[in-house]
This record gives sequence, C-alpha cells and structure tokens, in this order.
Amino acid sequence: MGDLLDAYEPIDAWDEMFDAAGDTRLDYRALYEHVQTLSKHDFDERCATRDRVFRDQGITFAHSGEERPFPLDLVPRVISATEWSQIERGVAQRVRALERFLDDVYGPGEIMRAGVVPRRLVVTSSHFHRAACGGISPPGGVRVHVAGIDLVRDAAGKMCVLEDNLRIPSGVSYVVENRRAMTHVFPELFAAHRVQPVSDYPARLLQALSATAPRGVDDPRVVLLTPGVHNPAYFEHSFLARQMGVELVEGRDLVCRDNVLYMLTTSGEERVDVVYRRVDDEFLDPLHFLPTSMLGCPGIVNAARAGNVTIANFLGNGVADDKAVYPYVPAMIEFYLGERALLSNVETFMLDDEDVRSWALDRLDQLVWKPADGSGGKGIVIGPRAEADALEAVRVAVEAAPRSWIAQQPVALSTAPTYVGTEMKPRHLDLRPFALNDGENVWVVPGGLTRVALGEGSLVVNSSQGGGSKDTWVLAPHGADVEHEATAVADGMECEPLARQPFDMLPAATEQAAQQQ
Amino acid sequence: MLSRIAESLYWLGRYAERAEVTARILDVYSHALLEDRVGGEESACRRLVEAMGATEPAALVEVGTNVESLVGFFVDDPRFDGSVVRSLEAMWENARGAREAMSSEMWGSINATHSALDARRGRSVYAQHGFLGWVRDRAAIVSGLADATMSHDDTWRFIVLGRSLERVDLTVRLLSTRLGDAWGTAGWVATLRCCAAYESYLRTYRRGVEGSKALEFLLLDRLFPRSVFHALGAAETALFDLDPTSDRHGAGSEPRRVVGRACADLEFIRVAELERSLPEHLARIERACSHAHDVIAKRFFNNAIAIRWSA
Repeated sequence: MGDLLDAYEPIDAWDEMFDAAGDTRLDYRALYEHVQTLSKHDFDERCATRDRVFRDQGITFAHSGEERPFPLDLVPRVISATEWSQIERGVAQRVRALERFLDDVYGPGEIMRAGVVPRRLVVTSSHFHRAACGGISPPGGVRVHVAGIDLVRDAAGKMCVLEDNLRIPSGVSYVVENRRAMTHVFPELFAAHRVQPVSDYPARLLQALSATAPRGVDDPRVVLLTPGVHNPAYFEHSFLARQMGVELVEGRDLVCRDNVLYMLTTSGEERVDVVYRRVDDEFLDPLHFLPTSMLGCPGIVNAARAGNVTIANFLGNGVADDKAVYPYVPAMIEFYLGERALLSNVETFMLDDEDVRSWALDRLDQLVWKPADGSGGKGIVIGPRAEADALEAVRVAVEAAPRSWIAQQPVALSTAPTYVGTEMKPRHLDLRPFALNDGENVWVVPGGLTRVALGEGSLVVNSSQGGGSKDTWVLAPHGADVEHEATAVADGMECEPLARQPFDMLPAATEQAAQQQ
Repeated sequence: MLSRIAESLYWLGRYAERAEVTARILDVYSHALLEDRVGGEESACRRLVEAMGATEPAALVEVGTNVESLVGFFVDDPRFDGSVVRSLEAMWENARGAREAMSSEMWGSINATHSALDARRGRSVYAQHGFLGWVRDRAAIVSGLADATMSHDDTWRFIVLGRSLERVDLTVRLLSTRLGDAWGTAGWVATLRCCAAYESYLRTYRRGVEGSKALEFLLLDRLFPRSVFHALGAAETALFDLDPTSDRHGAGSEPRRVVGRACADLEFIRVAELERSLPEHLARIERACSHAHDVIAKRFFNNAIAIRWSA
C-alpha cells in the first residue's frame, strides 16, 4: 500500500487532477485510487519496465550527449469525453479555416481585399512562397494534410490555442508509442478506464495521403521523405513508414524526369505519386529553394506544379502558422466559415503598430517575446525570466524589425502530478492534438501529445531541453461504445460567443532541431 | 525495394554473420591455445592473425605475441576493422537506416544489442569468454528473428544473401590458414569448432576427426548450414528469387551466374582432387565471392545517380 499522492502539493495554477479545494476531479478518481495503491518501490519498478520497453525499440532522444529513453511520465493525463468533443471540434474548425486561408492567399486573396488580414503581413512572411505555390490547387484541395495545434490550459481552466503547426508537425509517434508502453506498464489501469484508442493514426494518415493523390491515380504509391538517420525525428519517420507500410526514402533515393518523380529500387525506377515529406520547404528542392540542399530532390516542385505528384504537407504553409498571422485566425474562421472560433487565442500584441509597440516595450520584462516566423519555440524570450541583456537584445531586434516579432502575456500553464525523482510533483504541461485532412473530413486523433516541463517551475516542455510527456487519455463517452464513435467532425457546429481571452503564453515549447515543428 | 535499403540489409546480414563467426573463432582459439601450447605461443598467434584476416601489421607489432592481448585486439581495438565490436556497430548502423524495412522485433533486438555493448564488453580472458558467448547469442537471435518474423520476400533475401556470402568468405579464410596441417587433429577440431561444426561432424561420421573428412564436411556437406557448399547454395537461391529471369541459355543475371558456378564446381568435385590442390580451390572460391559482391552491388545497389546542382 502506498501513498504516493498524499504529499502532493499543487502550486498556484490549474491542476488537472485536483480542484482548488484539493478534491480529485471526477475523471481522475479511478486513476487516483489506483496510483494510491502503489508504493514508491512498485512505481520505480514500472519505470524500469517502461525504460526497457523504450530503449529496446530505440525510442530515445539525445540529452546532453547521452541517449536516454523517451521520458514518458507514467501518470496519464485524462480528458473527459465532453471536453474532448469541444477540443476536437475547435481543432477541426481551425484547420478548415487555415486551409481556406492558404488557398485564398495563394489564389484570389479575398481576405486581404476585404481587409480582414493585412496584405503586407502576408507578403512579408518569410514562408510566403508565391512562385512555388501560387496559382495552383493541390490534389483534393488539401495543403494541410497533417496539422498540430498547440493548446494550453490557463489558470481559469480554459483551453486556448498557443500556436498552429502546419508545416511538418512532429510528435505523433510518441502518442502511439506512449500508449503502447502504458499498456505494457499499467495493464490494470486500462481495465479500469475506457480510453479511446490512438493506434489507427498511421492507417488514417495513409488514407488521407492516398485520398489526395494526383487525379487519375487509382492505386497511388506513397512514400515518406526523411532528411535521414541524423534527424532528431528519424524515429518518427521510420515508425510512420513502417506502420503505413510505405517506403521511407531520402532525397538521394528520388529522381525527377519530365516532371515525374521516381524512386530508385532494386528493380529499376518506380513512379511515386504522393510524398509525405518531413523535410522543410527550404530544403525540398534545390531548383526552387536552397541550391545547396542535399536533403530534397531537384525538380519535385515542378512535378507537383504539373499535378504529377502530391506533396504533403504542401509548400508555403508557413504563411498560415506565422506568429504574426496567428492573431487573425479567429477572424479567418468568421470570414471563411461564418462561425465563431470554438477555441480562443492567447492575447497577442502586434508590434508594427507604434503605440502598441511602445506600450509593449515599456513592459519588456512582463511579456513573452516570440519571433514571428519561428517554429518549435526557437528564439522565444520569456520576459519575467530573462536576463537584462537578453531583454535589451529583444528591444533592439523589435525596434529594427517590428514585423518579425510578437508579444504575449505570460500566465502559468496548468499542472498535473508527475513522478519526479521519487515523488509526485506538480509540473506544467501543454497539449498538441494532431489533425488529418483528407479533403472530405478533418479527423483529430483522440488526445494528442501532452508535453511536460520536468524542471520545478519550468515552462519548457521541449524534450531536447529535459521535457517529458504523458499518455493522453480521452475517455469514452459514458454509455457509448468507443468502436462506434463518430470520428469525422462535421461542419455546422454550435457556436460559442467569443469571450475575452485570459492571458496565456507558450512555454519555450517545441524547440527541436531543424526540419521539425 | 529501394536500392539503398537493399544495400543496408545486405550489409546487415554480412556484419551479423561476421560478428558471430569472429566471436566464435576468438573464443575457440583462446581456449584451445590455453589448453594446448604445443605449437608455441608465437606460431599460435600467427595462426590467429591469419584466421582473422588481419592486415594491420603496425598495430599487431604493438600488441605483441600474446594470445590474451591479441584476442583483446580482435574483440574491440579501433585499429582493427574486422573486430567483433566494430561488426556489431556496423550491423546496427545498417539496421538503423533500414529499420522500417524489418520487423519491430528484429530492430528491437539489434538495438538492444547495441545499447548493451559497452556494459557487456569484458577485459580479462574470463570476461571475454562471457562477452563472446553473448555476442554469438545476440547474433543468433537477430538471425533467427529475421527468419521467423519477416516475410521471406526481397527484404529478407538481401539479409540472407549477405549472411551466406559472409559465411562462405569466413569459412574459406579459416580453411586457408591450414591449421590442421600444422597442428594435426587438435587443429582440425579447433577448425570445426570455429564453424560450430564439431558436433555435427561427429554425428555425421561417427568417428574421430580426420583432416580429409573435416575438409569434406566444411566444404561440401549438403546438410550442414555452415558448409561452403550449403552457404553458396543459399546465396544462389536468394539471387534466383531476387531476379528470377532466365532464358534457355542458363542463368539470367550475372550475380547468380557467378555464385551458381562456384557452387556447381564444388558440387561435382572429388574430395581427393580438392585435397590435392586445396589452396587453388580455396582461392577460386574466394575470388568468386568477391566477384559476386561486385556484380551484386552493380546489379542491385548502384542505381544511384550522382546529381550535382551547385550554382
């Protein structure tokens, strides 16, 4: 008999497991009861099993030059069916609006003509690739095949969108592998809960990729393009390729001729129809982008423009997940879908307005500063925690290029009990649900990747900086059968009034090496 | 399948086999030599160097003529390319680039082997024995998982092809050291043990070890999977399945022709004939292996087109 959670002391933030009075939240009760039956010794034993499961499969990451098993915390994060259905609809809504936005800015530009999103904001985005993507509609009309929408829960318990990842979001393999490891380590917990499964993600991804193959291709050949074994996300690339049963190719395996893409095989060249690429735009085609890149395939962009190959995600999506465009997403949802945003944004300050800028710069040490075109948390400065010279550097940078920065108000992220050392401690976390668009429906994998900042008080959830993760359990609706849950999210959802948003912020989140979001 | 993946799998097969056989040779030698030092330590060392195919004379002079330090050198000295540890690392490196082509169980086993390598490595002769046994076990598990958890399609055939050619190579090299000639029955016993063939030999011939019989067994036996004939046959089958084109004038593909010819030579030779000119026959098989490797690389791996697009 243990008492692992007896000494748990929530800090000044929304706690996922306990309410303000210290009572266990309804959906956590069964989990709480079970964890309480375990001693530290039992728990350490489960941790050892987990490490073995991960290490043997090579699910590791490099931290301070050492290969460690992926740090999965064994206390899962639980999301009720009711809350999940709101998140799911909100994420799907957002993805549909962002798809429309991309189609619009690379096409007629109606939203700019209507003055809803300023034209100069779009055309000055470093990810706006008009030459490569303008004037064509990709197969199935899909540009965002895979999206990762980062959510955080603020002090009041409300889920907000922190950022959108529409280029090459990563982390979904950990969603599937965390679940697999948890079923090995804590089989009895699954008996006590009805958790919505996540294991069909690869099959659905393949379905979405096949559905968006070039017109006239009945049995498309899909491949996954990786930068190679030295990419930090290589495990994920390999995992997805294996789970989908498609070839994992590198740039050197591909060749383009007469706008048709081939891969080099033991029986000669074979035609490729769909490329799920995990290589950044800039490295994808030396003829269009960086001429020195060895990671891509010369000619692939023209093959896509000719309609002979599908590139997923499509090129130029970065203009829609640009931080300076982010504040306009709720307006986009209204403009394109005629709906109010189901998930709110975090309050963000646009610095190209002089008054806002000087107001914000006066509060340099109170705000969070983010480069507008960055992804994965690169270059983010958290005012209240930054050194004076770092803040001064931000001031200089912002004054030199106001378009390149945004400012946001910081707040504490929600916390959940996390096994640190030998004790349960409150640690901050976020959530990245993954959405797939096959051109007909947007499907959101139940849950997503919950990332945890393992350091005390830390807001950095990034695994390369010592961040961890939790298995994310979306509980089945009461009385419903998981197997028969409707999975696609239909249009025409109910609308909530657009509430004034509490402040929020991104912990220096998903910092990962190149070629990742 | 992708040429790059095919090449990785082929090398994975070769390195797994090399690690296993090398570990067995080192284990057998170090113990046989500890038991019986009749031939003198110096000549024993010379034989071991030959058996390992070592060609780093400068480093070997430094190591000296001491069986213990020599075994240590062959286990993990970075100056020796064919070391046991290097083979395991190379096996892992090739597997890593091709992991989506193999079963999860197989990759898991290879990766677990690689992760445990540092902790397992021994320093003393006693510890080396444990380590070498562990290496053999791990290699056998990898090889077994390849056979038992993968479809026997092209993916698997490239592993088998690499494994079989490496097996031929190593057995031929071992026979070329003519350990038996110099050392009599004990030498032949050691040679058989190095190929894990000693007990099978005894069961097959039901009498003590004789040079010509041991030679016959290791080169020509149809049922023992480590005989040169058997391994060449496995390579030929894999090559036929990989590229089953043929016409009325024999084998369609060059790799299969090269391997099949070496195999046929052995199939129809008389043992007496073989014994009379053993070095020539061994050299011919060795040449066939190396030629087979070249034509396999040309046929299956060299599809890559070098593209330069510097401005």
